[in-house]
Order: sequence, then C-alpha cells, then structure tokens
Amino acid sequence: MEWINAIIQGCLLGGLYALLAAGLSLMFGVMRIVNLAHGVLAITAAYIAWVLVQHTPIPPFATLIVVVPVMAAVGYVLQRGLLNRALDQGSLAPILVTFGLAIVITNLLQEIFTVDNRSIQIGALETDSIRISSDLAIGIFPLITFVVGIVVIVGLQLFLSRTRTGRAMRATSDDRDAAVLMGINNRQLYAIAAAIALGIVGVAGVFLGMRTQFNPGFGDVMLIFAFEAVIIGGLGSLWGTLAGGMILGVAQVVGAQAFPAYGVLFGHLVFLLVLVVRPQGLIPKAVNS
Amino acid sequence: MSLLTVDAIDVGYGDFQALYELSAQVREGETLAIVGANGAGKSTLLKAIAGLLEPTAGSITFDGKSLSRVPAHQRVRRGISLTPEGRRIFASLTTEENLLVGAYRANPGPWNLSRIYASFPLLNDRKDRLGTNMSGGEQQMTAIARSLMSNPKLLLLDEVSLGLAPVIVSQIYAALPSITAEGTTVLVVEQDVNQAMRVADRMQCLLEGRTVLEGVPSSLSRESLAQAYFGI
Repeated sequence: MEWINAIIQGCLLGGLYALLAAGLSLMFGVMRIVNLAHGVLAITAAYIAWVLVQHTPIPPFATLIVVVPVMAAVGYVLQRGLLNRALDQGSLAPILVTFGLAIVITNLLQEIFTVDNRSIQIGALETDSIRISSDLAIGIFPLITFVVGIVVIVGLQLFLSRTRTGRAMRATSDDRDAAVLMGINNRQLYAIAAAIALGIVGVAGVFLGMRTQFNPGFGDVMLIFAFEAVIIGGLGSLWGTLAGGMILGVAQVVGAQAFPAYGVLFGHLVFLLVLVVRPQGLIPKAVNS
Repeated sequence: MSLLTVDAIDVGYGDFQALYELSAQVREGETLAIVGANGAGKSTLLKAIAGLLEPTAGSITFDGKSLSRVPAHQRVRRGISLTPEGRRIFASLTTEENLLVGAYRANPGPWNLSRIYASFPLLNDRKDRLGTNMSGGEQQMTAIARSLMSNPKLLLLDEVSLGLAPVIVSQIYAALPSITAEGTTVLVVEQDVNQAMRVADRMQCLLEGRTVLEGVPSSLSRESLAQAYFGI
C-alpha cells in the first residue's frame, strides 16, 4: 500500500511540475526561446506572494490575483523590450540574455530577501487530507495543486487550438515569415505568449512557495525539473509536458520511498533513461518545422 | 487607374543587388504576369511589394498611398496578399486552420470559408488534413485560398507551377478567372511563359533585375520573348 501511496503522491507532485513546465514549453513552442530565467522567475513570484502574505491581510491563495497579472506584465515587457530584440540577433542571443537575466534576478532576490529559507504559510491546509483507507490519504493542498495544473494545461491547450490568437501562435511557430504574410504581427504575438507563459509561472511560483521552503537559489533546481518534464514529454506538446511532469513526480516520490535520500536522483535517472530510449520524448509534436 | 505603382526600386540581399531601378504598374482589375529565368528578380519584386524586403531606393505606391516603412503584416490590411513561393503551408495546422489563419486580418469582401469550399471543393474534402500530409497540388490550392481569405485587392502569386505536374497546374490556373471575376487584381510570377501568356492581360519580362520586354501577350512574338527571357 505504501507504494500505491507513493505513486499517488508522485502524480500530485507531477501536477506542480507540469504547471512549472507549461510556461517553459509555451515559450519554446511559440518563439523557440529557451528561457533560462524561468525557474528564478517562478521563485520571484513566490517572493511576491510571500511579501503580500507577510505585510497585507491578503490570504495566501488570493495573492494569485496580484501575482499573476504582475508576472504577465513582466512577461509582456520582457518580450517587447528585450527578447524580441535578442531574437533579431539569432537563436543564441535569447539564451544568453535569459541566462544573464537569471543571474541578475537571483542576485537581486538575495540582496532584498537574503538567502534565508522562506515559506508561505497556509495554516491547516498544509496538513489536511482526505483519508481513503487506513494507510492511504491524499493531501488537500497537493490535490488542489494537481487540479490547478490540469486546468491550466487544458485551458492553454484549448486556447491554442480553438482561438484566433492561439491559431496564429501555432502558425507563427510553424513558419514565421508566412505568418507575417497573413497579417500577423509576430512581435506582438510573442509578447502575448510571454505574458501568458509568465502568468502561468506566477501560478506555479505561488503554489511552489506554499508547498515547500524556498530561497533565491531554488530557481536553478526548479528550472531543471521544468526542463526534465518538458523533455520527457516531448518538446512542443502540452499533453506531453503534463505526462512528463507526472512521470518526474512519480519517479522522485517512488525513488524516495525506496532510498529516502535519493528521490531527486531517481527523477534525473528517469529523465536520462527517456533521453536514451526515446530522445524525441513521449508525445512529440506531430510536425517538426 | 493604377492600383500598384512600383517606381524605380533597387532591392538587394546584403551585398547582392537583385533589382535595378525596376518599375512596374498594375491597373485595377487586370492580371499582370512577370516572367523571367531563375534569378531574374521576380520573387524579389513580389517580396518588396509584400514588405518582406525594403527597397534601398525608389518607391512603391499602392491604392494611392506610399508603402514605404509599412511593415509586411500591415500590408495585408491595406489589401495586399502574397502566396509565397514554395507554398509555405502551416504544417501542423489543418487545411481549415490554414484558411482561418489567412483570415486573421481579413478585409470585408466576397471570400470566406463557405465561398472557398464552394470554389475549391477539393479543400472541403481535405479540410481536416494536416498541412504536412497534403500533396503539392493540395498545398498550392490551400495557399492560394488562404491568401484569398484576407479578401485582397491585389493578389501576388509566386511560382504557382513550381514542382507540380502540368495537369495540376492547369487545374489551379483554371480557378484564376473566378478570382479575377471578383475584381481582384492579380500579379503572377511564372517561369512557365506559355502558362503566363494564357492568363495574363499584360506581360513583363525581367532579366538580371531589369525589365527587358513588356506588352500584351498577343503583341509579343515567341522569338522576341525567348530573346528577352534568355538575354540573347
């Protein structure tokens, strides 16, 4: 029974990883930008939520109302002001820019918040659970995180497949110049995509901050987990990202069940295994342009 | 009156100059065919009109307004649509999604999904097929239909016949009268001179970035065209 428990907890944790990875997947899918500042931006969102909870009467979950729009605005400005220009310089420039950005933001966070661990207190919800049987229980908070992860990914997928803007994003991803010929302003579209991606990063960061302790350096670890989820699932596929997040979560939790100190290592091993056996990922995008 | 006036433009790619003081005019409602060998500058001219390349000298006027510094994506709203060489179908989108993206910045006009499906029944049969799984002819038809979805005043067709079987090419050109019947002005670029002569009201032959011959097809002899085409 403890193994079943580990698998369930792993799936729930996977919902958080999928949430973390969705924004990374979207930015890569639409504008081929590998955002190395992704992890630290999630941590930034967690710090914003932490400050709000510490200094205002806003309850933890309600911080999303502030954090998501703020992060979306950051994404829009970042893309319009910096990354669009970097894209003009070739495909390497955006990687260097986001790498530099990650270092700058990490150090800013250290300067402002020190390297002490913080966490966003959610009171009784931290330990509340639904008891399924005598030795199986599902935590309410992990369950909420999981459901939010699914809802965000399904919503994003519906946006991309059903809306005019979403279609334009997929078209731009396939062939940028042809999309311009359809009257699509790709720079504006990229900024919208970045706003959506960072809005989702905001959600992920707040949930992360409520789940565990964090410090400015934590972004690197989150970036790696998000990357692993995206690669396991297959680049450019959101369903793949969801599956990848859950596989990573299950590998970590089941691994920790067997060897308590090495849970994260098992996540990495599964990631490497997927790279060796199926380098295109589980659900690769049907078309590679 | 003239819908499009290209006045002595120089266009190049980096150090390479492709067009030298090239001029061209297209009157409203007519079909102009630009012919010429590989590297004559035909596609370059279309790219400059669509805004993918900016002339270093000269000017392009469309519908009475200068197109100078108007970005490519805004030219669709002005009424220019380029069906690019090589079709450039969005590979991960279905036929219908490709058409809908064509209507992203649509002007009011006769073309919409149902009208396209009525004029191109084949596309109706293939509407759920992914771009990547279409044949060359289906892709070319989709590409033209996708351009029409924006209801252009001026339709630029680049090398429609490239890489397609002759029977498919004539099928596609058979749709041209139904397009011009809506009042759409058409500028086609063709390597296939015979095909161009059949559809065009006027022809212009380019050689190494300059106009070497122009006139109505009936006034042009095969010899003079062949000489102009090959530069002999």
